[in-house]
Amino acid sequence: MTVTGTRANRGDREGTAVASSSGSRRHTGWAALGFLLPALVYLVVFFGYPLLNNVSMSFRDFTVRSFYTGQAPFVGLRNYAAVLQNPLFGPAMLDTVLFTVGSIVFQFGIGLALAVFFQGRFPGGTTLRSLLLLPWLLPLVVSGAVWRWMFDQDHGILNAGLRALHLAPVPWLTSTTWALPAVILTNIWIGVPFNLVILHGGLRAIPSALYEAAALDGANAWQRFRHLTLPLLRPVTGVVLMLGLVYTIKVFDVIMVVTGGGPADATQTLTTWSYRLSFGGFAFGQGAAAGNILILIATACGLLYLRSARVTLAEAAS
Amino acid sequence: MSTTKWCVPVLIAAVAAMCTAMCTACTPGPPAAGGGSATSITELDYYTDAEGSAAWQQNLDSCGRQTGITIARQQVPTDQLLPTVLRAAGSHSLPNLLMTDNPTIQQIAATGALTPVTDYGIATEGYYDSILKAGTYQGKVYGLAPGVNGLALFYNKDMLGEAGIQPPSTWDDLRAAATRLTGNGRYGLAFSAVPSEEGTWQFLPFFWSNGGDLSQVDSPQATVALQFLTDLVSAGAASKSVLTWKQDDVTNQFVSGDAAMMINGSWNLNKLDADSALRYGIVPIPVPHPGDTPTVALGGEVGAVPVTNPDAQQAAGKVLSCLLSEQNMLTWDTAHSLVPAKTAVAAEYGQRYPQMRSFIDEVATAKSRTAELGEKYQPLSTALGTAIQSALTGRQTPAQALHEAAKATS
Repeated sequence: MTVTGTRANRGDREGTAVASSSGSRRHTGWAALGFLLPALVYLVVFFGYPLLNNVSMSFRDFTVRSFYTGQAPFVGLRNYAAVLQNPLFGPAMLDTVLFTVGSIVFQFGIGLALAVFFQGRFPGGTTLRSLLLLPWLLPLVVSGAVWRWMFDQDHGILNAGLRALHLAPVPWLTSTTWALPAVILTNIWIGVPFNLVILHGGLRAIPSALYEAAALDGANAWQRFRHLTLPLLRPVTGVVLMLGLVYTIKVFDVIMVVTGGGPADATQTLTTWSYRLSFGGFAFGQGAAAGNILILIATACGLLYLRSARVTLAEAAS
Repeated sequence: MSTTKWCVPVLIAAVAAMCTAMCTACTPGPPAAGGGSATSITELDYYTDAEGSAAWQQNLDSCGRQTGITIARQQVPTDQLLPTVLRAAGSHSLPNLLMTDNPTIQQIAATGALTPVTDYGIATEGYYDSILKAGTYQGKVYGLAPGVNGLALFYNKDMLGEAGIQPPSTWDDLRAAATRLTGNGRYGLAFSAVPSEEGTWQFLPFFWSNGGDLSQVDSPQATVALQFLTDLVSAGAASKSVLTWKQDDVTNQFVSGDAAMMINGSWNLNKLDADSALRYGIVPIPVPHPGDTPTVALGGEVGAVPVTNPDAQQAAGKVLSCLLSEQNMLTWDTAHSLVPAKTAVAAEYGQRYPQMRSFIDEVATAKSRTAELGEKYQPLSTALGTAIQSALTGRQTPAQALHEAAKATS
């Protein structure tokens, strides 16, 4: 009797507790919504609306005329079919993959190497690290134009250097095989500082006591890097790679300034090709379709990252 | 708790205010009463190089004074003009006066966003037939140019003199001269073959002079023309870098003495004259066979009045009329080294500036790029630009490349 009574009482008490907390939760819920609203409005206006517009455009026969009249007949999946059947789709897709993977691998590798290098304190280290930020601060059009000059076959500094070393000059931007490596090289140069800064920040967050302990245990430099730095840097690595992927897959200006998608479409990625479909061929529906395919790919990568991040968090929590 | 209570309404009010502000911004204002003429207008052009921009500004200032209308000018880079205009057409916020490249005017007129210039009492007589045709869409004139231009062959007098070569007038001459002038880090000829309108525009004089027709880009005549340029590049008489050179880069090659000859337009004269050590001459574009007439593509920007509101349109019409007056035409064309778009003015101009003769002669036989295809020119131009690059890189033969361009746009 007593036992059940206590139980009932406890139940009662729990009941009232839940009721009162749900009341205050309603208040905090409104407040949370209030705080969310500005961000939500921003997202809807500046992200949702253009995205929806782009999706709607990709299902219509959108011509130059449509801009003014607003009339564009619905054509279903015809734009997507045209894009997928275009002989340039395969090469553009491949270029996008090569450009993205090539850029990220080297940006990350060089960025990590430099971050580890700058972890050691030496005179002038901080100044040098700040100077390395320069490529990131320059407007992309400026760095692109400078690289275009440096790549020039006859008067560019790169080929002048090769000639000085008695090596054959490279037709950087005039050969269909070399142009893609050339734009990737440019993009690597632009992206290294970003990787360096974030990874350097991540490295500083690793307690130095761990390294001291590892050194006492007799771990050499490579073992310390492999078994301490890399695992502890994993969350930061994930963020850097994810952001790098999103930044790189949508690169437009660098390619546009350095090669304009040429020579003979050798550096046409999905972004530049989408622009060309729209403003070169006035097939705005197809341009939008190509753009949406790119967004789909980027979203898929983003979701993959979120999943892996959740797994990492769960691992860390357990 | 109390803070949360007043926080929420404030936030909601703030967001509501933000929304209202945004929504009022996008509702069009009340239409101005018709009949009158506005005292200020907006203008959009792509004269972004320092020299051309300053000259155009002077021209606008002078017409602003003459008409008493304030002109708010906006400039965008050449390849951004059409996207800007389309965006503005979509949001119905077009500039009152528009200066655009002549091959795009029919495209813009086709959207219905332009008004015929004849609505503002602007006379269309006395212009070169080709520029009048370029500005005409479905029988109405939507754009008129104050100045036109075309491409010619510039040559370095000292280099040709040293080699004892006469300025070339036929393709055979050009090939021989370019080959002989090549060597010691110097190329015989420079031109632009970038994958954009600029590259197509540089190719068209060869294409048309050989009897090519844009409605059939893979014709034997077209193939021969592309083969001619391809041979020049593969023989090394022109640098492979033509694939990346814009016309400004081509000028730099010529000025620095790295190219003995170049294909370029009259707007470069001021830049070339600024280098006192450079002695150059200009001849019309070489033709396939002796006695042929060169057919270059007609260049130049046309002025147009977009649909905005009646008062502003009237004002823009007045300014355009002023810009097209013979006096202002002469001033602007002299400042920017263009050929006046009216035949009588051009003849007078040619006597005053003999170095412009080759350009004036060529403009008389020039063809507007939209003459054959109208509003379908732009997609073809893009495909043709790729075909030129494919042939010059050796990825495809000229015949294959042109065939692909024809297929892509059919």
